[in-house]
Amino acid sequence: MVPAEHLIAGKRAGRERLIRALLLCATVVSSGAILAIFLFLVYFSASIFLEGQFTEVFSWQWMPIQKQYGILSVMVGSIALSATTMLVAYPFGLGLCCFVHGAGPPRLARPLMGLVHFMTSVPTVVYGFVSVFLLVPLVRSSFEEGTGFSWLAASLTLSILVLPTIVLLIHTQMDQVSPGVRLASKALGLSPAQELLHVVLPLCSRGLAAGAVLGFGRAVGDTIIALMLAGNAAQIPHSLLDSIRVLTAHIALVLATDVHSAAYHSLFACGLILFAMTAGVNLAIRAILARSPSGTGGFLE
Amino acid sequence: MDKVLVSFSWAAAISVSVVVCIFLGFLVYRGAGALNGALFFGDTPTWQAFLGRLPVWDGIWPACVGTLSLVLLSCSFAVPLGIASGIYLAEYASGRWKTLSVLAVDLLAGLPSIVMGLFGFALILLLRKTILTTANTCLLLSAVCIALLVAPYLIRTTQTALESLDEPVRLVGPSHGFTHWQNVAHVLLPAAGRGLLSGVILAVGRAAEDTAVILLTGVVANAGMPQGISGKFEALPFTIYYLAAEHRTPEDLQRGFGAAIVLLCLTGLLFLAAQLIRRSLGRAWS
Repeated sequence: MVPAEHLIAGKRAGRERLIRALLLCATVVSSGAILAIFLFLVYFSASIFLEGQFTEVFSWQWMPIQKQYGILSVMVGSIALSATTMLVAYPFGLGLCCFVHGAGPPRLARPLMGLVHFMTSVPTVVYGFVSVFLLVPLVRSSFEEGTGFSWLAASLTLSILVLPTIVLLIHTQMDQVSPGVRLASKALGLSPAQELLHVVLPLCSRGLAAGAVLGFGRAVGDTIIALMLAGNAAQIPHSLLDSIRVLTAHIALVLATDVHSAAYHSLFACGLILFAMTAGVNLAIRAILARSPSGTGGFLE
Repeated sequence: MDKVLVSFSWAAAISVSVVVCIFLGFLVYRGAGALNGALFFGDTPTWQAFLGRLPVWDGIWPACVGTLSLVLLSCSFAVPLGIASGIYLAEYASGRWKTLSVLAVDLLAGLPSIVMGLFGFALILLLRKTILTTANTCLLLSAVCIALLVAPYLIRTTQTALESLDEPVRLVGPSHGFTHWQNVAHVLLPAAGRGLLSGVILAVGRAAEDTAVILLTGVVANAGMPQGISGKFEALPFTIYYLAAEHRTPEDLQRGFGAAIVLLCLTGLLFLAAQLIRRSLGRAWS
């Protein structure tokens, strides 16, 4: 006869194994999801590469009625909108970080970071909605040209959206500069601004780069702001007041309005490009921060 | 040079604060008047509309119920999945597989929500071609896609909360002869509980505000109350998006402002709750 303790121990070990297996299943599902999404996008856009529609999709004309499904102008749109967004958001984000880390009075630092944290919780669609009725009329009346739904309006609103992303990343990096380094620069008689300029910012240079990359990725990936504010004409914009269409808005517009299923495969190509861009951003940030002094410790500890 | 930096920092801090205040101020100024019972139920008798016995045509109540069901359904998938994966990554996984899984979760977190919507749409195309020819976009599909969208947040907060527990806490279980899972379930998870909870709250907020995913997976403007998981539905963020472009009357527009305030209050409250939990967490362990 088997002793009772052995039975209990065996039961217990079996339960441990079962729980471990269940947890493993969950992990396989959640980390396999990204692979599944990638395979779906490849499968549905495969016809482009297999049936020689490659040059057709990667051309400049988007005229579904004439069966021209070129997405190049939309790609340019995405990059243009994200670039101008970063041009606005990045300096402001960096300024905010400097303010919090010594350029401004310390007692204002906490409320300001509170505001930035709060900004992350504001729904994107609310930013878009307010801009439609606040910024768009302003753009329309101050330039007296076009409808106001423009590259400019979308870019300004989008910069409010990506600002917290940039600030939080750079802020975390600046926080990791060790108190010792800070104390040493104070002992050398540097003012807070000099300390930022000559010690903290150079030490965080990799964090600064990562902030720019992450902000760009966030701007490329946003749909709703561009959809609501950019005007969405599939063209190469010639001025900031022109209408512009980006990859994300393009997918939403075509699927929501058109029923040309012939256009679908070009949409999956858009999806694949977005996937590649955001994955590239992710990997770039890993590479940048892995070698940052604050990431690996080093003399900052 | 350092004077330039100081004045630039001040300019950035002041202008960002002012812009946010103008945004919120404008929203409240234009929308405060719309916040009343009629915003939610229109002309329909309140109680009947509340219970869904009578359809509401000119109120945002169906959209609120739609968002609520979407959030509940997607979190019932995402919370178990996310927390279980987080536990596995923090407590069981190691070596190359752990690195790879963490990378996969990071990539999923960075995926634009429109691509997630496109994935849902592709799923329907595939189902139509293969086993279910009648498949169509619906509440269930939206919930699944939203669940995948918010799962990475849950995984990350769970993993971080568990991994940041101190060594003495970790040793409580083994020192009492607990098995690994008993230690996780009875010691580590309760100790990390508030961290987990704040992650769940953030995930709820994210699920409630996302527009791009539901845009491609089954939301419509005039579905009325959600009729089961295989039907179309309305949602607050989509209502706001839709009314911005398609308002025909001043009342429509007013309803848009009202809906925007309601959604902002919802996500604001969730944010506040998560913040308070996190703050009490810091106090408990310091």
